[in-house]
Amino acid sequence: MRVELLWWEGCPPPPETLADLERVLEEEGVDAQVDMVEVETDEQAHRERFPGSPTIRIDGEDALPADPGEPFSLTCRVYRLRDGRISATPDPEDLREAIRRAR
Amino acid sequence: MNIGDQAPTFSLPDTDGAEHGPDGVTVVIFTCNHCPYALAWHERLLQVARDYEGVTFLAINPNDAERYPADSYEAMKERVQADGGWPMPYLRDETQDVARAYDAKTTPDVFLLDADLRLRYRGAPDEDYRAELRADWLRDALDAVLAGGEPAQPETKPVGCSVKWR
Repeated sequence: MRVELLWWEGCPPPPETLADLERVLEEEGVDAQVDMVEVETDEQAHRERFPGSPTIRIDGEDALPADPGEPFSLTCRVYRLRDGRISATPDPEDLREAIRRAR
Repeated sequence: MNIGDQAPTFSLPDTDGAEHGPDGVTVVIFTCNHCPYALAWHERLLQVARDYEGVTFLAINPNDAERYPADSYEAMKERVQADGGWPMPYLRDETQDVARAYDAKTTPDVFLLDADLRLRYRGAPDEDYRAELRADWLRDALDAVLAGGEPAQPETKPVGCSVKWR
Protein backbone atom coordinates (compact mmCIF):
# COMPACT_ATOMS: atom_id res chain seq x y z
CA MET A 1 0.00 0.00 0.00
CA ARG A 2 1.36 3.43 -0.98
CA VAL A 3 0.36 6.19 1.46
CA GLU A 4 0.98 9.88 0.88
CA LEU A 5 0.24 12.94 2.97
CA LEU A 6 0.04 15.98 0.71
CA TRP A 7 0.30 19.34 2.42
CA TRP A 8 0.72 23.04 1.80
CA GLU A 9 2.49 25.40 4.16
CA GLY A 10 -0.43 27.88 3.98
CA CYS A 11 -2.55 25.34 5.88
CA PRO A 12 -0.03 23.25 7.72
CA PRO A 13 -1.36 19.90 8.90
CA PRO A 14 -1.36 19.66 12.68
CA PRO A 15 1.04 17.08 14.15
CA GLU A 16 -1.84 14.68 14.80
CA THR A 17 -2.44 14.19 11.06
CA LEU A 18 0.72 12.17 10.57
CA ALA A 19 0.58 10.69 14.07
CA ASP A 20 -3.02 9.48 13.60
CA LEU A 21 -2.24 8.09 10.16
CA GLU A 22 0.83 6.16 11.31
CA ARG A 23 -0.98 4.84 14.38
CA VAL A 24 -3.98 3.61 12.41
CA LEU A 25 -1.75 2.01 9.78
CA GLU A 26 0.09 0.15 12.52
CA GLU A 27 -3.14 -0.89 14.26
CA GLU A 28 -4.45 -2.21 10.95
CA GLY A 29 -1.26 -4.18 10.41
CA VAL A 30 -0.30 -2.25 7.29
CA ASP A 31 3.44 -1.99 6.78
CA ALA A 32 3.56 1.25 4.82
CA GLN A 33 5.69 4.33 5.08
CA VAL A 34 3.90 7.68 4.79
CA ASP A 35 5.45 9.85 2.09
CA MET A 36 5.15 13.55 2.84
CA VAL A 37 4.51 15.54 -0.34
CA GLU A 38 4.68 19.32 -0.14
CA VAL A 39 2.53 21.08 -2.72
CA GLU A 40 4.03 24.45 -3.51
CA THR A 41 2.40 25.85 -6.64
CA ASP A 42 -1.03 25.96 -8.27
CA GLU A 43 0.42 24.04 -11.22
CA GLN A 44 1.53 21.28 -8.89
CA ALA A 45 -1.87 21.36 -7.14
CA HIS A 46 -3.58 20.73 -10.50
CA ARG A 47 -1.09 18.07 -11.49
CA GLU A 48 -1.45 16.27 -8.16
CA ARG A 49 -5.27 16.74 -8.13
CA PHE A 50 -4.85 18.39 -4.74
CA PRO A 51 -8.14 19.72 -3.28
CA GLY A 52 -6.50 21.25 -0.20
CA SER A 53 -4.20 20.74 2.73
CA PRO A 54 -3.95 18.19 4.16
CA THR A 55 -4.92 15.44 1.73
CA ILE A 56 -4.18 11.77 2.36
CA ARG A 57 -3.88 9.45 -0.61
CA ILE A 58 -3.79 5.68 -0.59
CA ASP A 59 -2.47 4.04 -3.73
CA GLY A 60 -2.95 7.32 -5.57
CA GLU A 61 -6.59 7.84 -4.54
CA ASP A 62 -7.87 10.45 -2.11
CA ALA A 63 -8.59 8.49 1.07
CA LEU A 64 -11.47 10.82 1.93
CA PRO A 65 -12.62 12.19 -1.41
CA ALA A 66 -13.51 15.87 -1.55
CA ASP A 67 -16.76 17.02 -3.16
CA PRO A 68 -16.66 16.35 -6.92
CA GLY A 69 -16.86 20.05 -7.82
CA GLU A 70 -13.98 21.01 -5.53
CA PRO A 71 -11.26 22.81 -7.52
CA PHE A 72 -7.63 21.76 -7.27
CA SER A 73 -5.61 24.60 -5.75
CA LEU A 74 -3.45 25.77 -2.89
CA THR A 75 -6.10 26.01 -0.22
CA CYS A 76 -7.18 24.62 3.13
CA ARG A 77 -9.27 21.55 3.67
CA VAL A 78 -11.90 21.43 6.39
CA TYR A 79 -12.75 18.07 7.95
CA ARG A 80 -15.49 17.09 10.37
CA LEU A 81 -14.77 14.79 13.26
CA ARG A 82 -17.36 12.14 13.97
CA ASP A 83 -18.73 14.17 16.85
CA GLY A 84 -19.38 17.06 14.46
CA ARG A 85 -16.46 19.28 15.42
CA ILE A 86 -14.58 21.11 12.69
CA SER A 87 -11.02 19.94 12.29
CA ALA A 88 -7.89 20.56 10.26
CA THR A 89 -7.29 16.81 10.15
CA PRO A 90 -9.50 13.78 9.45
CA ASP A 91 -11.12 11.70 12.15
CA PRO A 92 -8.85 8.67 12.78
CA GLU A 93 -11.82 6.32 12.36
CA ASP A 94 -12.45 7.72 8.89
CA LEU A 95 -8.81 6.99 8.09
CA ARG A 96 -9.24 3.46 9.41
CA GLU A 97 -12.24 2.85 7.15
CA ALA A 98 -10.34 4.24 4.15
CA ILE A 99 -7.39 1.94 4.83
CA ARG A 100 -9.70 -1.07 5.13
CA ARG A 101 -11.44 -0.16 1.86
CA ALA A 102 -8.10 0.11 0.10
CA ARG A 103 -6.95 -3.38 1.05
CA MET B 1 4.50 44.78 17.16
CA ASN B 2 5.81 43.83 20.59
CA ILE B 3 4.02 43.51 23.90
CA GLY B 4 3.62 47.04 25.33
CA ASP B 5 3.78 48.75 21.92
CA GLN B 6 1.12 51.20 20.87
CA ALA B 7 -1.17 49.41 18.45
CA PRO B 8 -2.07 51.05 15.15
CA THR B 9 -5.58 52.44 15.04
CA PHE B 10 -7.76 51.81 12.00
CA SER B 11 -11.25 52.01 10.60
CA LEU B 12 -12.64 49.10 8.59
CA PRO B 13 -16.12 48.30 7.27
CA ASP B 14 -18.24 45.55 8.79
CA THR B 15 -20.62 43.37 6.82
CA ASP B 16 -23.24 46.15 6.91
CA GLY B 17 -20.79 48.81 5.76
CA ALA B 18 -20.44 50.50 9.17
CA GLU B 19 -16.89 51.46 10.14
CA HIS B 20 -15.23 50.14 13.30
CA GLY B 21 -11.89 50.52 15.02
CA PRO B 22 -10.26 49.98 18.41
CA ASP B 23 -12.10 51.70 21.25
CA GLY B 24 -11.07 51.16 24.86
CA VAL B 25 -10.00 47.65 25.80
CA THR B 26 -10.14 45.89 22.45
CA VAL B 27 -9.66 42.37 21.16
CA VAL B 28 -8.61 42.25 17.51
CA ILE B 29 -8.98 38.82 15.93
CA PHE B 30 -7.64 38.15 12.45
CA THR B 31 -9.76 35.37 11.07
CA CYS B 32 -11.36 34.14 7.86
CA ASN B 33 -14.00 31.90 6.32
CA HIS B 34 -11.97 29.07 4.84
CA CYS B 35 -9.39 28.03 7.42
CA PRO B 36 -10.30 25.02 9.60
CA TYR B 37 -8.38 26.42 12.56
CA ALA B 38 -10.29 29.71 12.37
CA LEU B 39 -13.58 27.86 11.98
CA ALA B 40 -12.86 25.52 14.88
CA TRP B 41 -12.00 28.40 17.25
CA HIS B 42 -14.80 30.62 16.00
CA GLU B 43 -17.62 29.75 18.40
CA ARG B 44 -15.27 29.89 21.39
CA LEU B 45 -14.24 33.41 20.45
CA LEU B 46 -17.84 34.51 19.92
CA GLN B 47 -18.60 33.25 23.42
CA VAL B 48 -15.75 35.34 24.85
CA ALA B 49 -17.27 38.39 23.14
CA ARG B 50 -20.66 37.58 24.68
CA ASP B 51 -19.10 37.11 28.12
CA TYR B 52 -17.06 40.34 28.19
CA GLU B 53 -19.57 43.13 27.70
CA GLY B 54 -17.88 46.52 27.60
CA VAL B 55 -14.84 45.18 25.73
CA THR B 56 -14.61 45.94 22.00
CA PHE B 57 -14.20 42.83 19.87
CA LEU B 58 -13.26 43.15 16.20
CA ALA B 59 -12.97 40.17 13.84
CA ILE B 60 -10.98 41.07 10.73
CA ASN B 61 -10.70 39.08 7.50
CA PRO B 62 -7.55 40.17 5.63
CA ASN B 63 -7.25 37.33 3.12
CA ASP B 64 -6.78 37.83 -0.61
CA ALA B 65 -10.28 37.22 -1.95
CA GLU B 66 -9.16 36.91 -5.57
CA ARG B 67 -7.32 33.69 -4.87
CA TYR B 68 -9.63 32.67 -2.02
CA PRO B 69 -13.20 33.61 -3.00
CA ALA B 70 -14.53 32.02 0.19
CA ASP B 71 -13.03 35.05 1.95
CA SER B 72 -14.65 37.72 -0.22
CA TYR B 73 -16.61 40.57 1.32
CA GLU B 74 -19.79 39.05 -0.13
CA ALA B 75 -19.00 35.66 1.41
CA MET B 76 -18.38 37.37 4.76
CA LYS B 77 -21.78 39.05 4.58
CA GLU B 78 -23.46 35.76 3.68
CA ARG B 79 -21.79 33.98 6.59
CA VAL B 80 -22.83 36.53 9.20
CA GLN B 81 -26.36 36.60 7.78
CA ALA B 82 -26.56 32.80 7.77
CA ASP B 83 -25.49 32.81 11.42
CA GLY B 84 -28.18 35.33 12.32
CA GLY B 85 -25.55 37.91 13.31
CA TRP B 86 -22.42 37.81 15.44
CA PRO B 87 -21.73 39.44 18.81
CA MET B 88 -18.79 41.27 17.20
CA PRO B 89 -18.44 43.04 13.85
CA TYR B 90 -16.74 41.12 11.04
CA LEU B 91 -14.49 43.59 9.25
CA ARG B 92 -13.00 43.47 5.77
CA ASP B 93 -9.32 44.47 5.45
CA GLU B 94 -9.34 44.76 1.67
CA THR B 95 -5.93 46.44 1.37
CA GLN B 96 -4.40 44.13 4.02
CA ASP B 97 -2.86 47.28 5.54
CA VAL B 98 -4.20 46.54 9.02
CA ALA B 99 -2.98 42.95 8.95
CA ARG B 100 0.45 44.18 7.86
CA ALA B 101 0.48 46.88 10.54
CA TYR B 102 -0.30 44.27 13.19
CA ASP B 103 2.05 41.75 11.59
CA ALA B 104 -0.73 39.18 11.64
CA LYS B 105 0.63 35.72 10.87
CA THR B 106 -2.28 33.32 10.90
CA THR B 107 -6.01 32.96 11.08
CA PRO B 108 -6.78 33.13 13.88
CA ASP B 109 -4.27 35.54 15.41
CA VAL B 110 -5.50 37.34 18.53
CA PHE B 111 -4.35 40.76 19.80
CA LEU B 112 -5.54 42.23 23.11
CA LEU B 113 -5.15 46.00 23.51
CA ASP B 114 -5.60 47.86 26.78
CA ALA B 115 -7.57 51.10 27.13
CA ASP B 116 -4.50 53.05 25.92
CA LEU B 117 -4.34 50.72 22.88
CA ARG B 118 -1.10 49.12 24.02
CA LEU B 119 -0.62 45.48 23.12
CA ARG B 120 -1.07 43.24 26.17
CA TYR B 121 -1.59 39.80 24.67
CA ARG B 122 -0.90 38.27 21.30
CA GLY B 123 -1.27 34.71 20.10
CA ALA B 124 -3.67 31.80 20.07
CA PRO B 125 -7.04 31.76 21.89
CA ASP B 126 -6.00 28.67 23.88
CA GLU B 127 -3.74 25.69 23.60
CA ASP B 128 -5.70 23.42 21.24
CA TYR B 129 -8.13 24.29 18.46
CA ARG B 130 -9.65 20.81 18.61
CA ALA B 131 -10.13 20.37 22.35
CA GLU B 132 -13.16 21.35 24.40
CA LEU B 133 -11.61 24.56 25.68
CA ARG B 134 -12.88 28.11 26.27
CA ALA B 135 -10.22 30.40 24.76
CA ASP B 136 -8.72 30.54 28.24
CA TRP B 137 -5.44 32.17 27.23
CA LEU B 138 -7.42 35.13 25.94
CA ARG B 139 -9.83 35.10 28.89
CA ASP B 140 -6.93 35.05 31.40
CA ALA B 141 -5.28 37.98 29.62
CA LEU B 142 -8.56 39.91 29.54
CA ASP B 143 -9.16 39.30 33.24
CA ALA B 144 -5.67 40.59 34.05
CA VAL B 145 -5.97 43.71 31.89
CA LEU B 146 -9.47 44.54 33.14
CA ALA B 147 -8.16 44.23 36.72
CA GLY B 148 -5.36 46.68 35.91
CA GLY B 149 -2.63 44.07 35.86
CA GLU B 150 -0.39 42.30 33.38
CA PRO B 151 -1.26 38.99 31.74
CA ALA B 152 0.83 36.18 33.20
CA GLN B 153 1.34 34.85 29.71
CA PRO B 154 1.45 37.87 27.39
CA GLU B 155 2.47 36.01 24.26
CA THR B 156 1.78 32.61 22.73
CA LYS B 157 2.48 31.23 19.30
CA PRO B 158 -0.38 31.94 16.89
CA VAL B 159 -1.63 28.71 15.35
CA GLY B 160 -3.60 28.39 12.13
CA CYS B 161 -3.50 28.99 8.41
CA SER B 162 -1.18 31.66 7.12
CA VAL B 163 -2.70 35.02 6.20
CA LYS B 164 -3.22 34.86 2.44
CA TRP B 165 -1.28 37.87 1.17
CA ARG B 166 -1.74 39.24 -2.32
